[in-house]
Amino acid sequence: MAKSAPRAKSTTPPKTKSQAKPPGKALKSKTAAKVPAPTAVATSDRILRYYRDMLLIRRFEERVGQMYGMGLIGGFCHLYIGQEAVVVGLQAALGPEDQVITGYRDHGHMLAIGMEPKRVMAELTGRRDGYSKGKGGSMHMFSRAERFFGGHGIVGAPVPLGTGLAFAQRYQAGRGVTVCYFGDGASNQGQVYESFNMAELWKLPIIYVIENNQYAMGTSVKRASATVDLYRRGESFAIPGRQVDGMDVLAVRAAADEAVEWCRSGKGPMILEMKTYRYRGHSMSDPAKYRSREEVNKVRTEHDPIDQVRNRLLEGKLADEARLKAIDNEIREIVIAAAEFAQESPEPDVAELWTDVLEAI
Amino acid sequence: MTEVNLVQAVNLALARAMEEDDHVLVLGEDVGIDGGVFRATDGLLRRFGAERVLDTPLAEGAIAGLSVGLGAQGFRPVAEIQFTGFIYPIIDQLASHAARLRNRTRGRLTCPMVVRSPCGGGIRAVEHHSESPEAMFAHIPGLRVVIPSSPRRAYGLLLAAIRDPDPVVFLEPTRLYRAARGDVVDDGAADILGRCFVLREGGDVTLIAWGAMVVEALAAATALEAEGVGAEVIDVATLKPLDTETIVASIGKTGRCVIAHEAPLTGGFGGEIAGRIAEQALFSLLAPIERIAGYDTVIPLPRLEQLYFPDASRIADAARRAMAYR
Repeated sequence: MAKSAPRAKSTTPPKTKSQAKPPGKALKSKTAAKVPAPTAVATSDRILRYYRDMLLIRRFEERVGQMYGMGLIGGFCHLYIGQEAVVVGLQAALGPEDQVITGYRDHGHMLAIGMEPKRVMAELTGRRDGYSKGKGGSMHMFSRAERFFGGHGIVGAPVPLGTGLAFAQRYQAGRGVTVCYFGDGASNQGQVYESFNMAELWKLPIIYVIENNQYAMGTSVKRASATVDLYRRGESFAIPGRQVDGMDVLAVRAAADEAVEWCRSGKGPMILEMKTYRYRGHSMSDPAKYRSREEVNKVRTEHDPIDQVRNRLLEGKLADEARLKAIDNEIREIVIAAAEFAQESPEPDVAELWTDVLEAI
Repeated sequence: MTEVNLVQAVNLALARAMEEDDHVLVLGEDVGIDGGVFRATDGLLRRFGAERVLDTPLAEGAIAGLSVGLGAQGFRPVAEIQFTGFIYPIIDQLASHAARLRNRTRGRLTCPMVVRSPCGGGIRAVEHHSESPEAMFAHIPGLRVVIPSSPRRAYGLLLAAIRDPDPVVFLEPTRLYRAARGDVVDDGAADILGRCFVLREGGDVTLIAWGAMVVEALAAATALEAEGVGAEVIDVATLKPLDTETIVASIGKTGRCVIAHEAPLTGGFGGEIAGRIAEQALFSLLAPIERIAGYDTVIPLPRLEQLYFPDASRIADAARRAMAYR
């Protein structure tokens, strides 16, 4: 462990003085350079894996959109389409000791982590086999086994909660890192900055991933943020930041590798601003009047994360059409099976209404 | 006179208030360009400009705190909190500042702000988007708490809330936004805050409700009428200050009472009303007070939602129990 590693079994936060070294001076401000070059050496297998994982999210979410339209899914529902490269690139850099927390646009995160598509879908349809027994819905799923701590409906909520998760990791003196996702909209919440301060003060192993999809619900980041380079939001706390092309899974992976290493070595938190884009509305009930169709189409045709990887695979002759077709088919089967499972799983028992409020009432 | 739904009535009242007083400002998340997630502020930006209709960052605490500052300077901010599930961070600003400013400054500063927020369930939206925290606000001295149950009331009560010199929490039943339709005269006439409305007269049992539960209570009254039971329906409308007089007068007439609300039973505002009745009308009661409320649990998924929220049949059953009591 690095020098500034936590003192296990201490009940108080590590004293800051003993570790007051600036967190990588070289990494401050200047290093908050924009868009690092994708240096991840990715084998064809690795890239194929990214392609597959992103495609699973895309097709799953498309199916969710259809099922929502058919009235099979209730509640509010936020699709991840367009942002797939962010979670897939990040997750590829994580190990079994790491954990994840995110907001309400969470289906992609769960699939990237390896949670079962059919159980995610069954939660969306509110059935007994869902990850929250059909009680949580789209925004509230968890898996202790996969170290996924939700799924939170409140904007910005994952930030202090994730900071607590990272504190626990530090206290336990393991190697684990917490990846805490939130959006450009959430980055204007006060609780974010209270958390940033503590995270740097106590050198917590947390990667704050700002998924900047350009819109805080219906308000563009330019209209909602006094400064739009969100990777610099930690500067006054001396938290290093990186701005990354979140539509390029290899760039995401490269940035993730650096951040994970930073956190694992006890240097404290890091901010990764992922410049990304959501193709659909904020939620299923958002007609997205606040942006033009042309804007969306331009991103889709020029920067789609899946198309980019697909082209890379084909042009680099890392895979042929037949191989990709086989992946497409595999994904289609998974999604169909998930949708069927989610409609066949029984409704929650009425008695569930009164369970899990307190341990015992 | 125009037939509108409840959210359109809110929109009419906002426009009217902004028209007549340039100190009325509207602020909140997506209230400008987007016109609000439920379209409550639709068209206001175009009509009144970005100086008076502000799309804010996603920062509920600051939205409320900013409104306190504006209010102290004589503005009349109308802040929208997009869902009541997002309202908890602003309780600090309301309880610590908005509600106490008048008292703390011995009247030198006041806070004529309104916080509007869609409340309640019935739109299959799970937790965060279905809650009814009205009792929390009613517990705070210095706040008024208002919940309309029809387009007409939404129009009249919101105008009254905006013109009121003190902070008002104005909770709009989400499920009635489109479902409740009715005639509204956009003449700028406000209702009076602090008054209950007797929507239907009856001599056997009093049904007391607010917001979306008023609609259920009216349906229950219709069902009871077919059984020969005369139900009087009271729309509380303003929870605080509470018009105890109207309620006590009704109990004096009927001797039986059902109170219905969506919020969980324990600590719900029904308890306060029951307390007032016990204090002031105990010897008029012919049967125990019935409370029909949400259960003491988190609002469940859509499939269990209909079990959670009180409805006309649960209210009618409670009235029947009261009628059968010997």
